[in-house]
Amino acid sequence: MLSKLQEIKDRAEAMLQEAASIEKLNDLRVRTLGRKGEITLLLRSLKELSPEEKAALGQAANQFKTQLEDMISKKTEELKQLELQQRLEAEIIDVTLPGLPLMRGSKHPLTRIYEEIRDIFIGMGFNVAEGPEIELDYYNFEALNMPRNHPARDMQDTFYINEDVVLRTHTSPVQVRTMEKLAPGLPVRIIVPGKVYRKDDDATHSPMFQQVEGLVLDSRITLADLKGTLMKFAREMFDEDLKVRFRPSYFPFTEPSAEMDISCVMCKGAGCRVCSQTGWLEILGSGMVNPRVLEYGGYDPEKVTGFAFGMGIERIAMLKYGINDLRLFFDNDRRFLRQF
Amino acid sequence: MGVSINWLNKYVDIDWTPEELAHRLTMAGIAIEGVEEAGSDSILELDLTPNRGDCLGLINLAREVSALNGKELRIPSADLAENRENIDDYIKVEIAAPDLCPRYAARVVKNVEVKPSPEWMQNALVSAGIRPISNIVDVTNYVMLETNQPLHAFDYDLLSKEKRILVRRAEYQENLTTLDGTERELDLDSLVITDGIRPVALAGIMGGLNTEIRDHTRMVLIESANFLNTNIRRTSKKQGLKSDSSVRFEKGVDPNGVIYAVNRAAWLIQEIAGGEAVKGICDVYPGQKEALKVNLRPDRVNYLLGTEISSGEIKDILSRLQFKIKDKKNYLEVEVPSYRPDITMEADLIEEVARLYGYSNIPDTLPLTANSGGLTEYQRFRDQIKEIMASYCYEVINYSFISPQFHDRIMCPAGHPLGQVIQVANPLSEEQSVMRTLLMPGLLENISKNLARRNQNLNFFEMGAVYYPSHDRLPDEKLKLGAAVTGRVELNWLKNQVPMDFYYLKGIVEILFRETGIRDYRFEAYQAAGYHPGRAARILCRDQEIGIIGEVHPQVLENFEINDSACVFELDVDTLFRLREKKVMMEQIAKYPAVERDIAVLLKNEVKAAQAIQVIKDSASGLLQEVTVFDIYTGDQVPQGYKSTAFRLTFQSMERTLVEAEINVLVETILNNLDKELQARLR
Repeated sequence: MLSKLQEIKDRAEAMLQEAASIEKLNDLRVRTLGRKGEITLLLRSLKELSPEEKAALGQAANQFKTQLEDMISKKTEELKQLELQQRLEAEIIDVTLPGLPLMRGSKHPLTRIYEEIRDIFIGMGFNVAEGPEIELDYYNFEALNMPRNHPARDMQDTFYINEDVVLRTHTSPVQVRTMEKLAPGLPVRIIVPGKVYRKDDDATHSPMFQQVEGLVLDSRITLADLKGTLMKFAREMFDEDLKVRFRPSYFPFTEPSAEMDISCVMCKGAGCRVCSQTGWLEILGSGMVNPRVLEYGGYDPEKVTGFAFGMGIERIAMLKYGINDLRLFFDNDRRFLRQF
Repeated sequence: MGVSINWLNKYVDIDWTPEELAHRLTMAGIAIEGVEEAGSDSILELDLTPNRGDCLGLINLAREVSALNGKELRIPSADLAENRENIDDYIKVEIAAPDLCPRYAARVVKNVEVKPSPEWMQNALVSAGIRPISNIVDVTNYVMLETNQPLHAFDYDLLSKEKRILVRRAEYQENLTTLDGTERELDLDSLVITDGIRPVALAGIMGGLNTEIRDHTRMVLIESANFLNTNIRRTSKKQGLKSDSSVRFEKGVDPNGVIYAVNRAAWLIQEIAGGEAVKGICDVYPGQKEALKVNLRPDRVNYLLGTEISSGEIKDILSRLQFKIKDKKNYLEVEVPSYRPDITMEADLIEEVARLYGYSNIPDTLPLTANSGGLTEYQRFRDQIKEIMASYCYEVINYSFISPQFHDRIMCPAGHPLGQVIQVANPLSEEQSVMRTLLMPGLLENISKNLARRNQNLNFFEMGAVYYPSHDRLPDEKLKLGAAVTGRVELNWLKNQVPMDFYYLKGIVEILFRETGIRDYRFEAYQAAGYHPGRAARILCRDQEIGIIGEVHPQVLENFEINDSACVFELDVDTLFRLREKKVMMEQIAKYPAVERDIAVLLKNEVKAAQAIQVIKDSASGLLQEVTVFDIYTGDQVPQGYKSTAFRLTFQSMERTLVEAEINVLVETILNNLDKELQARLR
């Protein structure tokens, strides 16, 4: 009997050695240790033996059983590891191949710049007001202190729909519309974005462009407030260390008026082609709201003061992104658009 | 305009460098664009604001410098010697149009010798960009540059025997050949200077050839006059003729400067051309006005500027500008010099104070009142749309004006409302002469242009206004969202060539709707101008039209020179805003497993997917959670005229685990109803 066990043992060990897959190991387990396996059968035949023999052989068989089970599971684990290793090797991909080209898009650079400008002013307590692009002459000119034949109308070559209706030449008419709506309510603190139109088309002028206008009214708003507010805007928009200067200018709808210059963002004020060697860039027109405009809007200029400002979004975008040709904005070439 | 610093130095001492001077003037509101060296001289390039036309005269500019550096202003001599004759024996002046000519003054100088002017004068004129001609003409230009008062010299002997200057509107079909040799037909609103018989000058713009100063001119009549700015501008525009004179009159010239200028010119003529001035000036001044007085409250200065400038300092600044000031109880009464017509009210004087005080000396503060800023719901909604669209398409911005040809190009039938456009009365070109009623033409233009530049596989969107005529004073402006795609998802090695077609674009719309809260919408086959008749849909939500989506009509593609198919949608943003369901309420997540069943049925080709889905939904209310189409097949195993359509049905109960048997019953009912309603058979 012992020799029979030895036989089983030898055969099992040989099979274990040879087994190259988990399947083979399962076969071995069934064949040797299964319900009808060799060891099971051997143990079943023990009843014919003497109690001593029974004990000795039983112990040896059970010992072998445990041993083999251990060996099988150890080998199974080894083989599993090996298989996983093989699979991983077989699954190597070329990570340098390009990814799936999902179609994406982006916002137009002018939209992005506008949103930047807007968010700065919202942070300073401004709301956004809007108005029509096709506008009455009254709102575009007259109520802004530019009666017919006013020389300042020449500053802005106008597209007309008819004698009384124009394509707005600036976003300023929304100032008056807002005042009419809110007067005598205070405070007023709005920005006005939008498309504007001027009859001009060359390398530095587009017949359509975009502006952001601003208006602040309260019982005591000063030129000092204008300076502080716009300086804060310019520094947030461009650079904390930006130099900013204000100099007198002229707009029919503000008095006093001020032009805001910033130190050139290209050369940091040293003088370059972009700033015509002056070190300064003109970026924004502003001023204290002309008393006549306040009256048109329904406010008493003795009791209410305010400031207004306006800037071209294209100009800011050109400076921020280093764009050298205004026409690129409306050419809509994807090679341009996808850069933003 | 260029200004010679050496010349300017004649009227005021300047001990600043040219750069320093340019900076000081710029910071005081007289913008200097650049400084150019010219030998021992420097030229300032002046960039004046339209309210300060007076500074086109060097004496006025010197007054600004004097106000800035405190040095004395030197007014040059006009102290001429006259003969004993009487001007009235030489010329009479009559103004028949006093509304257009507030003042006209004339002087006569006899026995002049016409020759080139001296070098110093020629150099001065050249520095200002004016070509020297002869001493007489040069003097008129030189004095104009000094005083800003345009002058004109007539050859006295060429004036008609009447020796009468009559200023009047031009008559019907009247002509004048101006000094530039152009014969001009005058209109009835043009102002002319006549010699009583015929026009001899186009007032304020250019003299006539018929009375031009010649080499042998012996006697000159010098005109120093004032003309209404708006009329000069009108005529100058109408005639397409700009001159140094017209530019000045347009900006406004001081009528009180007329006498000094004519005397100064006569004085200079005597200096460099000899001759004798006839005694007196023939001066007609119907437009004389009293000097303007404006009250200025020092408190108000500080109230508006946010400063603490003393009353004394304010008076000092204004006197440096040669304003006359009278102290009143609570204010200053300021007499505005007539060469400063830009100053009409208190705020104008406050600006004078501010600009000389220095804007950089004014503090920087923030407004005191608190205000919470932000966007309206509508503005946030538009932002959200742009944000979503920008994940899938590149944003474009097109001009609002387009070619009137657009409605032919998109095959818009005659009389269609989209062809009713607002026209620009004075467009830059025909191509930009009508306001768009659609975004489609612009988007197709973008695709066409990009394809021509070999940018392929395009995906664009635009949000912008379109414009419709209305019965109100202003047209209707409607905000639209448009998108256009062509080609396929870019070339790649994954062999995943998804075309950007109708369904691709529809997918974007569906995402947009899901994200913005548009529910219960449907796509309904529809024929619309510009679109493929069998591949376009109207999008409806609660029976209101939101917009159109479709493949572009092949003929339209050809009209736009697009060699590929393209799809476009155009939605009305305000309608989207109105129909959105903004409230999001959480739905419970089911605790029990969902069961999926796939069925494939043969549908007649003309049956729309939406119809089948409706039948399925109606057949299994309650437990059926979702129906999706996951395959459409036509071919060998499918009879002609049919398509095999595969649906995935998802069943779900919130209360329990569904059992096989009840699902089978539901699917059975669905199949029966599909058969009954649509004659659809299980495949």
